[in-house]
Amino acid sequence: MASKLKNAELNAKNALEAVENQFETLQILNEEGEVVNEAAMPELTDDQLQELMRRMVYTRILDQRSISLNRQGRLGFYAPTAGQEASQLASQFALEKEDFILPGYRDVPQLIWHGLPLYQAFLFSRGHFQGNQIPEGVNILSPQIIIGAQYIQAAGVALGYKKSGKKAVAITYTGDGGASQGDFYEGINFAGAFKAPAIFIVQNNRFAISTPVEKQSAAKTIAQKAVAAGIPGIQVDGMDPLAVYAAVRDARERAVNGEGPTLIETLTYRYGPHTMAGDDPTRYRTADLDNEWEKKDPLVRFRKFLEKKGLWNEEKENQVIEQAKEDIKEAIKKADAAPKQKVTDLMSNMFEEMPSNLKEQYEIYKAKESK
Amino acid sequence: MAQMTMIQAITDALRTELRNDPNTLVFGEDVGVNGGVFRATEGLQKEFTEDRVFDTPLAESGIGGLAIGLALTGFRPIPEIQFFGFVFEVMDSIAGQMSRMRYRSGGRYNMPITVRSPFGGGVHTPELHSDSLEGLMAQTPGLKVVVPSTPYDAKGLLLSAIRDNDPVIFLEHLKLYRAFRQEVPEEEYTIPLGKADVKREGTDLSIITYGAMVHESLKAADELAKEGHSVEVIDLRTISPLDIDTIIASVEKTGRAIVVQEAQKQAGVAANVVAEINDRAILSLEAPVLRVAAADTIYPFSQAESVWLPNYKDVIETAKKVLSF
Repeated sequence: MASKLKNAELNAKNALEAVENQFETLQILNEEGEVVNEAAMPELTDDQLQELMRRMVYTRILDQRSISLNRQGRLGFYAPTAGQEASQLASQFALEKEDFILPGYRDVPQLIWHGLPLYQAFLFSRGHFQGNQIPEGVNILSPQIIIGAQYIQAAGVALGYKKSGKKAVAITYTGDGGASQGDFYEGINFAGAFKAPAIFIVQNNRFAISTPVEKQSAAKTIAQKAVAAGIPGIQVDGMDPLAVYAAVRDARERAVNGEGPTLIETLTYRYGPHTMAGDDPTRYRTADLDNEWEKKDPLVRFRKFLEKKGLWNEEKENQVIEQAKEDIKEAIKKADAAPKQKVTDLMSNMFEEMPSNLKEQYEIYKAKESK
Repeated sequence: MAQMTMIQAITDALRTELRNDPNTLVFGEDVGVNGGVFRATEGLQKEFTEDRVFDTPLAESGIGGLAIGLALTGFRPIPEIQFFGFVFEVMDSIAGQMSRMRYRSGGRYNMPITVRSPFGGGVHTPELHSDSLEGLMAQTPGLKVVVPSTPYDAKGLLLSAIRDNDPVIFLEHLKLYRAFRQEVPEEEYTIPLGKADVKREGTDLSIITYGAMVHESLKAADELAKEGHSVEVIDLRTISPLDIDTIIASVEKTGRAIVVQEAQKQAGVAANVVAEINDRAILSLEAPVLRVAAADTIYPFSQAESVWLPNYKDVIETAKKVLSF
């Protein structure tokens, strides 16, 4: 009896090890900008490669300006994005317009490149509802605040697309902390059970605010959590735009071909604080770790790669920087011009038809706001 | 016209709307082949295929998220939460997400979702099956909360709920599912949300109530009539938003009111009704407005529930206090 139990235990361990050893990190471009995995190289034209670089440089500038605008009190809630450009932008770059993005709170750049006007991103940051009035034809939700809630909703959007026969995917993002939430498991499990066209991205930037990923789970990788849901999972170098693009493109192809969802873990790092609301990363991260990750910078390696191909130079880079600065200035101006937010506007958006209790209260606020 | 139980009227409403609107989807735990644990979805999968009526994995939060995502892609989801005591697992999707989608998107997205769920005590369930948690829903801005008390109302209200372009929580009292039959038209009809129904007219006292307590209150009114008291019984039918006009008109007529709910007394729907009456009709009142409600405990184990639950005798006792004030 005892020996039987022992065997069972050994087998269980073997199964876990076998699973864990399957999950190697996909890398295409190393830190020096050299292609190390020619076979996995995605098909991208020179124009597309330059466009992806342009977006990464632009977004790095947007991040720097957003931080300083926040410090001047000209922006509100802001979650810095520097370091995560490959993970965020190369994944969005692999999408088509009809694909639906369900973002986490740090995923504003993907929304912008999917069609959210920059001034609206600023209005969202400032806490103005017009920032969330997504233009028609732009398939996104505003950033989700409840960690993981977007995962189960993504399963629903994906199932909706499947039921309507639409050849498009729902893509959603969370972080390493989000992968501990019940909704994470329910989302990937539902999409798997329905074979729904969803792409679940976990941007593992190693810290859920301050809690290191090692404390989130005994799992060696987050990608392996896909196994339990019976769906493909892959871990990619999230500082490598080509690896991220290739993984998402591959997942998208399978999804629209009716093969169901994929879980993608991108190994990345946020250089800045969790948000601009007083987080101090020196309390939980060492300078050594910061330096180690800054050496993996996605812009640095992609720049080297493109320069070697003759597709990028300082002049191009400066053009993008100037363009970004100008766009930001214009967008701030436009955001400044938005009408003052009124409680009565908000009341009008509670229901299709205002119930009597709200009607009464509406009159009270209308009087208050006309003073 | 057919004689229907409340559960049959609910199935009839679901069938009607699945026929009318190709975007409606019915889903949840065991709603497919099994027809739901109470048979509310009996025969629907067979008639409308698994594409429209389907089982989900066993996870309430996932069901809520699924409904939101489906609504975002143009569907009209009708998810079932198998028992409303399980709502805590799906609280974020209901109270944190679907209720605020129209608001947070500045009107860009809306959530035409009807969450159906059985609730209510008196049928000897295990824990967390019988709790009256409608107060949690009524306290959440952005939701409409409907509690039918008869087969006729159930069908008309459910059709309105499904057609509503905002999220509706539709709570079906377990004890009423097969308690009695009533004439229910086979053709479609709607009963507007947010409108109470005067279930019995009277001039001396208003009893304002909903759900299974409508029937306890009607029974109490019958008894009180024998003693010469004319009692009006108002069935709220929708507890959020409240039909304040009907409540106030009745109180202004009778000058006396009690509010009866099955839920615990603390906070709750009845307290809100009392406050509205005080705000709007204090000068019409001949007596304080009292409440009949359950004790402020966790829902009791089933062997104690018959004592814990308010019944018509409690209603009579409280009514007499107000009548003789």
